[in-house]
Amino acid sequence: MSDKVTLRIDEQQITVDSSLKIVDAAKSAGIDISVFCYHPKLEPVGACRLCLVEIGRPQRDRNTGEPLLEDDGSPQIYFSGNLETSCTVPVAEGLVVYTRNEKVLQARENILEFLLTSHPLDCPVCDKGGECSLQELTFSYGIPESRFPLEQKIQLGKQLPLGDLILLDQERCIQCGRCIRFQREIAGDPVLAFYNRGRKTEIISRSDPVFDSYWSGNTTDICPVGALTTKDFRFEARVWEMDPVPSICSHCPVGCNITINTRLDPKSGKKKIQRVMPRQNEWVNELWICDKGRFAHQFTSSPERLTRPLARDEQGQLKPISWKKALELASRRLEAAPGGLLTLVGHRLSNEDYYQLGSFTRGVGGKPVLNTSQAGGDLAARLSPAPGSNLLDAGPGTTILVAASDLEEEAPVWYLRLKAASERGASLIVMNPRKTKLDRYADQVIRYPYGQETKTLLSLDKKHPDAARMIAEADNLMIFFGSEGMDHQASLVFSQACANILIEQERISLPNSGLIPVWPGPNSQGAWEMGFTPSENLAEDLDQASVLLIAGADPAAGGVMPDLEGKFVIVQDLFLTETANAASLVLPAAAPTEKSGTFTSGDRRLQIFSAALDPIGDCRTDSEIAVSLAKQLGIDLVEGGPLEILAEIIKNVPGYETVSLAGLRQTPKQWPFVAREALSFTGTVFKNTTGIGTILPGVGETPVIQKQQLSQPKPGFSKGTLAVPVRRLYDQGVMIRTSEVLVPRLVDYQFVIHPAEASKLGLGEGDQAEMRFDSRTFQGRVHLDEGGPESVVLVPRNLGIPLVKVINASITGQKRPAAEV
Amino acid sequence: MNEHVILRHRDIPDLKELKIYRDLGGFDSFQKAVESLQPSQVTEIVKSSGLRGRGGAGFPTGLKWSFVDQQNWPHYVVANADESEPGTFKDREIIEENPFQFLEGLAISCYAVGAEAGYIYMRGEFWQQAKTLDGKIKELEKAGLLGNNLFGTDYQLKIYTHLGAGAYICGEETALLESLEGKRGQPRLRPPFPPSYGLYGKPTVVNNVETLANLPRIIEHGPEWYRSLGTDESAGVKVFSLSGRINKPGNYEMPFGSTYRQLIYGHGGGILDDRPLKAILPAGASSAILKASDQVLDTPLEYASVRKLGSDLGSGSVIVIDDTVSLDWVIKKTVDFFKHESCGKCTPCREGTYWMSHLTRRIALDQKSSQDVDLLLDVANNMRGKCLCALGEFSVMGVLTSIERFPEDFGR
Repeated sequence: MSDKVTLRIDEQQITVDSSLKIVDAAKSAGIDISVFCYHPKLEPVGACRLCLVEIGRPQRDRNTGEPLLEDDGSPQIYFSGNLETSCTVPVAEGLVVYTRNEKVLQARENILEFLLTSHPLDCPVCDKGGECSLQELTFSYGIPESRFPLEQKIQLGKQLPLGDLILLDQERCIQCGRCIRFQREIAGDPVLAFYNRGRKTEIISRSDPVFDSYWSGNTTDICPVGALTTKDFRFEARVWEMDPVPSICSHCPVGCNITINTRLDPKSGKKKIQRVMPRQNEWVNELWICDKGRFAHQFTSSPERLTRPLARDEQGQLKPISWKKALELASRRLEAAPGGLLTLVGHRLSNEDYYQLGSFTRGVGGKPVLNTSQAGGDLAARLSPAPGSNLLDAGPGTTILVAASDLEEEAPVWYLRLKAASERGASLIVMNPRKTKLDRYADQVIRYPYGQETKTLLSLDKKHPDAARMIAEADNLMIFFGSEGMDHQASLVFSQACANILIEQERISLPNSGLIPVWPGPNSQGAWEMGFTPSENLAEDLDQASVLLIAGADPAAGGVMPDLEGKFVIVQDLFLTETANAASLVLPAAAPTEKSGTFTSGDRRLQIFSAALDPIGDCRTDSEIAVSLAKQLGIDLVEGGPLEILAEIIKNVPGYETVSLAGLRQTPKQWPFVAREALSFTGTVFKNTTGIGTILPGVGETPVIQKQQLSQPKPGFSKGTLAVPVRRLYDQGVMIRTSEVLVPRLVDYQFVIHPAEASKLGLGEGDQAEMRFDSRTFQGRVHLDEGGPESVVLVPRNLGIPLVKVINASITGQKRPAAEV
Repeated sequence: MNEHVILRHRDIPDLKELKIYRDLGGFDSFQKAVESLQPSQVTEIVKSSGLRGRGGAGFPTGLKWSFVDQQNWPHYVVANADESEPGTFKDREIIEENPFQFLEGLAISCYAVGAEAGYIYMRGEFWQQAKTLDGKIKELEKAGLLGNNLFGTDYQLKIYTHLGAGAYICGEETALLESLEGKRGQPRLRPPFPPSYGLYGKPTVVNNVETLANLPRIIEHGPEWYRSLGTDESAGVKVFSLSGRINKPGNYEMPFGSTYRQLIYGHGGGILDDRPLKAILPAGASSAILKASDQVLDTPLEYASVRKLGSDLGSGSVIVIDDTVSLDWVIKKTVDFFKHESCGKCTPCREGTYWMSHLTRRIALDQKSSQDVDLLLDVANNMRGKCLCALGEFSVMGVLTSIERFPEDFGR
């Protein structure tokens, strides 16, 4: 650990870490030095000059090195007469710093005046108004009179799209460069830059597409003025009109802390989500969220939402009915088929929903199933990183293996944090059949053919000794595993092989070591722990059930839907999915934003979120639906809201007994400081006042994994061209597709083909291709990418091709439509 | 007149031909250094010669070399041939007419700091000179004076030219390094200084062309000889670029301790039309402007004595102003220059030069309001001591000193 030094700031003696800059040291002692260009998560540049302070240094005798003393015995302090930027000067023993003397205050006023000469002062129509550092500081320090004539103010571009999601107002920009540095240093997508110089300096993006990054929204949080604003929020609301609702992002297993800003919409008289902002949690997402988490919220108010129960009438049409009738109908059919229920759930329900649905399902003798082929939830429950873990601690001595997952696409904030961990000195091993962006930060990249993942992992010692050594020598060892290219059987063995590494290395129940599944959704781990596990053969199980209750899952879109003849299918969902469209009874469910509850993240942090809105129409939460159905059938479920159900979970679910509501809501002091008292310091990220969550301890006995179990299962495909389903962040899943602002960013191709393979097929970028499987034919658009193996066609999920497992493919080219050529 | 030390081509025709340069002992100093001196000995010789940087700051050259971090390798030397200060044109003449003395000096400094690569960063407009130097470097490689195993030792050296893209700020050494690395030319934070963190993060010495051109003569004749040429405080000779309202503008080499009178009325042949001398900009557009007087004209030119007069010797770009020129026009020119060249990184320089250019324009065009001069003074004072690099600080020097020393030109 680094040394401590003692210095005086504004007559206050403080002892701090010697690695800090003066600005941080002051802030940590509650002394505010205002900044524009400095940000505690970015490298300092000393550009804005707002943080100028006066620094005195203790004098030493040049010959003896002894401190020189004044007559009264106090150290002699030398002031150079120049002010210095406190964001660039490190603390040192004995420094004397003045942050508010006359000279410093004068300088601060001068810098503000300089900035305001070019600033348009259009605060009344600026989205940042009310949470703008420049506005706040002008209020505190600015001189009341403007000495720069208004008519001579520089006029520059306004509302320029800097990308699909971000707008740039060049007049408001104060050239602090935070956005550029964020993109370069934190995101690793250096797509922004300064162009031109002097007063003509402007921010540009020359990437194709422009501002090509999954992190663009964060630049609007750290922009100290209203130069960068998001498209979804522009001219929508004033910040002081909105309610901040603490929530957890429902798009991936990371569990990013967010604040949903809602406002009473004067037109509809109902609350509306205006924007989603990051909420500080240094253990989960620090100050950042990805653009999907920020922008994919408009689905909540989509006109496509289901708002009333629908039942199939005699003509086979889905027609609205009342809840009462719907529940009666459902219970009649359930009573008529004892033991015949299969409840299939997706990944976005809360633990409370899963708990109630699971209790109900078991109460009628049904089978609870999680809609995924990925295995390993039980192993994760045993081997997850212990309480006290934080990816921020990963550095030298930590080895992280990421296997069979494209982390940037599947769990972006983990990608961001592993990138940072690698830069801090952690050893990163990335193992994937194809190139992924995380490879850039990997110390070891391991490639293997699809269908060889377990074999590859078992032969690390022989084939990849450097990686094996990194694993063996690690103080802390983390394994993130996905399931790309695997069916359930393959995933089962692979997850055991991953678990076995941790068991062999005796990395069990330790902080910052453990097994972390990269699940397809925000609460897959919670579903697992509430009793929903994947089926070994989903198609067969679905076929055997006589009543299907499908909650938040769309097996039909995944091509897994049995013949429904004679079955009663109940679907509870937000949208009329392909599955819902084929159902006998459709129940409108509340969105994650319309209910309170808890999620269990992939690394097993239990976090609580609050309802931002009332459910639209007649929607009910999945747990309310379960309770209603149970009542009809005389089954006792716990009564009450999410908190009562959580209390029941705490009582009954292994691992959750360590949880308390008070614990979940505990908010330790976090560095860097954020929100009101630190607006200029860290931007508009929200302060966490409702809890950072609780890491669940490992559950149960350490599994004994027999070596002989661990042999590569025979893949369900043979040599030749393969089609492999993969995940893309911006697929056309219903929650993204219906978030209008994201539409221009959506993936618009169905097949990713290696250029060499494509040229054999006579295909080029944007051409139409045709793929056949399951005796059906699918058409789609081609994107060329040399990241994958030549003989593989990557088929992104949720883009219209219902491929759920790797298959041998036959793909043929089509002429590009004449209009596009 | 003694023989020239730097502008030696004025004594020796065709000195830019390698054969002629060699015949006169050219590259003997480099050979002597590599064959018989330790790098530290070379540094010591340069230290004791009293040579100070000719780029403007006047930092002792040998001392700068001795700061090079010996724990971090490789080392680099970069010749600063950005020569962008308005009124400075000495380096161009050296490069064009006496290129081998400069290249030999660069080679000696590379040897002294253990660099095996030397870069010449040239302003973009010097593309012809760069072409010339490339040719000269090839000649030296062919002659075995650059390359591997120099003079039969292990020492090897390559020299490269690099053209900037037309930015004054790239004469500032850290902005120069950024630009040389292919980045946007903006100054870095200092410390760390280039001798510990320079090109590509490696210890780097950045020396001006004229500074380097001194080195072969210092090694040849010894430090005592060099010191004998100047004054105690400022050793050796200096090339002054003389321009403005002058009969014979041009570069003139003089030993330190000479006077402005010798430069302006001796070498320069006096003021155009014999008008009275009004002001001197001793260091180009960056100058604190001096009001002409006998005291100023007869002050021996040294770094310290010019500072005592209230200005700086800088790179020796002397611009003379006569009574036909009003100082409000002069500072409009200098402020426009700095506004144009401000890199935009720091607030006071970016916004302050922009603001000042509005004010100086109004004042020079006689459209000023009663407060404009006071406001200009205030803006300039508010910029002072707050800028990230010297560019912003320099931009206010002329403004402040001209209003103070020539109030009548501003209606005060």
